[in-house]
Amino acid sequence: MNKPVTERQVRTAQKLGFVDCDIHPMQRSPKDLYPYLEQRWREHIENFGGHLCQGLAAQLPFPRMLANGQRADAYPANGGPPGCDLELMQRQHLDLNGCATGMMICLSRGGMEERNLEFGAALAHAVNDWQIHDWVAKDRRLKAGIVVPQEYPEFAAREIDARAAENAAFRQVIVSPRSIEPLGRRKYWPIYEAAARNNLVLGLHPAGNPNGHPSSGTGWGTYYMQEHYTFGTSMIGNVVSLISEGVFERFPGLKVAMIESGFSWAPSLGWRMDKQWQRMRKETPHLKRPPSEYLRAHFWFCTQPMEEPENPADIHDILGWIGWDRLMFSSDYPHWDYDDPGFALNFKMTEAQHAAIMRDNATALYRLS
Amino acid sequence: MKMPFAGAIDCDLHPAVPDVAALMPYLDAFWREHLAERYIDKSPFTLASYAPQLPQSVRRDWRPQKGLPGADLEALRSQALDAFGTRLAVANVLHGAVALFNADMAAALCTAINKSLAREWLDREPRLRASIVVPPQDADLAVAEIERCAPDRRFVQVLLLVMGDRPLGHRTYWPIYRAAEKHGLAIGVHAGSTFRHAPTGSGWPSYHLEDSVLQATAFEDTLVSFLAEGVFQKFPGTKLVLMESGFTWLPTLLWRTNRSWRGVRTEVPWIDRPPADIVRDHVRFTLQPLDVPDADVLHRVMDHVRSDELILFSTDYPHWQFEGDDVLPEGLSDAMLRKILIDNPLATYPRLGAAATADQTRAAMREELPP
Repeated sequence: MNKPVTERQVRTAQKLGFVDCDIHPMQRSPKDLYPYLEQRWREHIENFGGHLCQGLAAQLPFPRMLANGQRADAYPANGGPPGCDLELMQRQHLDLNGCATGMMICLSRGGMEERNLEFGAALAHAVNDWQIHDWVAKDRRLKAGIVVPQEYPEFAAREIDARAAENAAFRQVIVSPRSIEPLGRRKYWPIYEAAARNNLVLGLHPAGNPNGHPSSGTGWGTYYMQEHYTFGTSMIGNVVSLISEGVFERFPGLKVAMIESGFSWAPSLGWRMDKQWQRMRKETPHLKRPPSEYLRAHFWFCTQPMEEPENPADIHDILGWIGWDRLMFSSDYPHWDYDDPGFALNFKMTEAQHAAIMRDNATALYRLS
Repeated sequence: MKMPFAGAIDCDLHPAVPDVAALMPYLDAFWREHLAERYIDKSPFTLASYAPQLPQSVRRDWRPQKGLPGADLEALRSQALDAFGTRLAVANVLHGAVALFNADMAAALCTAINKSLAREWLDREPRLRASIVVPPQDADLAVAEIERCAPDRRFVQVLLLVMGDRPLGHRTYWPIYRAAEKHGLAIGVHAGSTFRHAPTGSGWPSYHLEDSVLQATAFEDTLVSFLAEGVFQKFPGTKLVLMESGFTWLPTLLWRTNRSWRGVRTEVPWIDRPPADIVRDHVRFTLQPLDVPDADVLHRVMDHVRSDELILFSTDYPHWQFEGDDVLPEGLSDAMLRKILIDNPLATYPRLGAAATADQTRAAMREELPP
C-alpha cells in the first residue's frame, strides 16, 4: 500500500541505518600518500607530476560551479580540501544523518587516467593502502573500493586479488569510465575476471578528467552545464560497450554499480538497444539474450543527483521499469550537489520500498551485514 | 498500426544521390575537372553512418535490385508516398559532403545536391519538400547556400548531422541559425556522424550496433548544447527538429536539465526559465525510430514529456524502422494521431502551409537551370 513518507518519517527512516553508496574522501595533499609510495614515485610527483591529457595542469578543464564543486561548509577549518578530514565528515554527515555504511569512492590521485602506467599503478596501490590505514581503520562504517588503473589490466588483476585477500572492507573495484577505450573492450577483461573471481562489484563513477576524449560524441562542450549532463550520456557509452562486447556472457557473476550517473535513462536505453539489436543481431552473435536483459540483470544505480520528474509521481514508472531492487541511496558527500538522505527521495512510496533504496539494495549487492 | 487516414505529412524521408557523377551537371567547370582529375568523379561520397549494406540503411523489402536505396523516385513514390496516402514529405539527403575536411569542396557538392534535389525530385513530385544541405565545416559558406536556396519555398529546413566538428549549439554555427530564422526555415538535425569524435566519452566502440544505439546520446548532448549556449534566446524564432533521434530519452533530459539549471544558472544566465519549458516551445522530434516496447510505455513517456505537440510523423524511408504497413505505433488516440500526422508538422514548418508550385519557384529564383 502506498502512503506518503513525510519529512518526519524520513528522519525516522534514517534510524534504520542507511547505506551511502557515494562518499568521497580526499587527500589533504599528495603528501598523504607518501607513506605508501616508494621514494622513486615521491620524487616523480615532485619533479614531473601526473601525465594527464588535458589543457590545465592543476584544475579541471570544466571548472565546477560552487566552491570548486564542493559543499562550501565542508572545507575544514584547519585547511585542505573537503573530504580530507574524517572528524568533519563524521560530524557533518555520518553521525548527523545516522549513516550505517559509507562506500568510499576515491576519484583523484588514484592513477586511473594516468598515462604513465607504472606511476598509475603506484598511485592506485598507495590510495588503496591509504583508504585502509587512514579511513577504514579509524571508522568501521566506511568501506573501500579497490582503485585500479584500467589501462594496466595485468597489474589491476593482481591488485584486486591481493586487496580482496587482505581486507574484507574492500567491497568493490573502481576503474575510470574515462578509459582510453570503451570499457567493454577485451583489453579490460582481466579486470572483470578478477572482480568476478573475488565476488566484487564493479563501481563506475564519472571522472572529471576527460582523458583525451570529449565527453560527448558531438565534441567538446562549452559549459559545465553540458559537461554535467554527460555524467549520464558518457556513462551510457560504457554500459552499451559492456553489454555489446559480451562481458556478461563471459562473466555471468559480474555486477556493476552505476554511481552518480542517473538512472531514469536506463529503460529507454534498454528499449533502444533491443530494437537495434533485433535487426543487427548477426553482428553480435555472442549475445544470447536481448540487451535489455543484461541491463536488468547486471546493473545497479545510485540516487544522487536524484531524478526529479516534473510530476513527482512519474518516478514510479521509472522505478517500476528498472526495478525497486536496483536503486541505492547515495549522497555524494562532500560535493556541491550533495543529496541529503532526509529529503532526497521526495515521492510517495511504501516503507519497504524506502528501506530497499536506503539500505537493503546496497546491503544485498555489496553483501554488507 | 496502419495509416488511419490520408493527408499525413512525412517529416523525414531520404532520397539518395547515387554518386558524384549524378551531380556533375550541377557543378561548375572547375569542380567537374577537379573531381575528375583526382579520380573521385564517380565516388559515392556515402556517409559511413548510412553505408548501404547496413541493416538500418534500408528495409529489406525496399532494397533495390541495383543502385542506392532511395535513389529511385518511382520507388519512393509508391513505397513511401502512395503507400501511406502522404500529402507532403520533407526530403533529407544524407550525403558525405558534410564529412569532408575541405569546406570548399563540401560547399560545391552541397550546392549541386540542392540543385539536383530541386530539379530531379521537387520539380517532378509535387508532394515533396526538402531540407537545404549545407556545409557545416564553414558557417559563411553554409549561409551563402541558405540564401541561394531560400527563395525556393519548397525548401523548408536546414539540414545538419548530429555528430560533427563540435556541439551544434556553439556560436560557430550561429550564422546558420540567424539565416534560418530570417527565412522561416526550421533547423533539422539528423542522426549520423562525421566521425570527428568517438561516440562515447571513452573512445571508439567495436560494433555498428553501438554506433547506432549511441546516436541517441549525441542528440541529448546536442540539445543540451542548444540550451546551454542560449540559441533559443538569441534566435527566438528557431524551431529545432531532431530527426531519427528517438525520444524516449527526453523525460530524463527534461528532468535533469531542470534540476541542474538551478545549480548552474549563473554560468548560463540567458536561460531565463526552466529548460523543459524551452524544449517544449522550440524542439520537435520525428516519430521513427520509436524505441518503445508497447503502447503502455508509449503512453507513459508521452505523459512524462507533458505535451502532445512534440512528435512529427516520419517514415524514415527507406531506413528500416517498421515492417509492412505498420507505420504508426499502436494505442494512439485519434486526436493524438491528428496532431502527429498533420497539426504538429504544419506548426513546425511555416513554409509547409504555403502551396509552392515549381513554376512559381523557378520564377522567384530566376535561376539558370543546368543543361
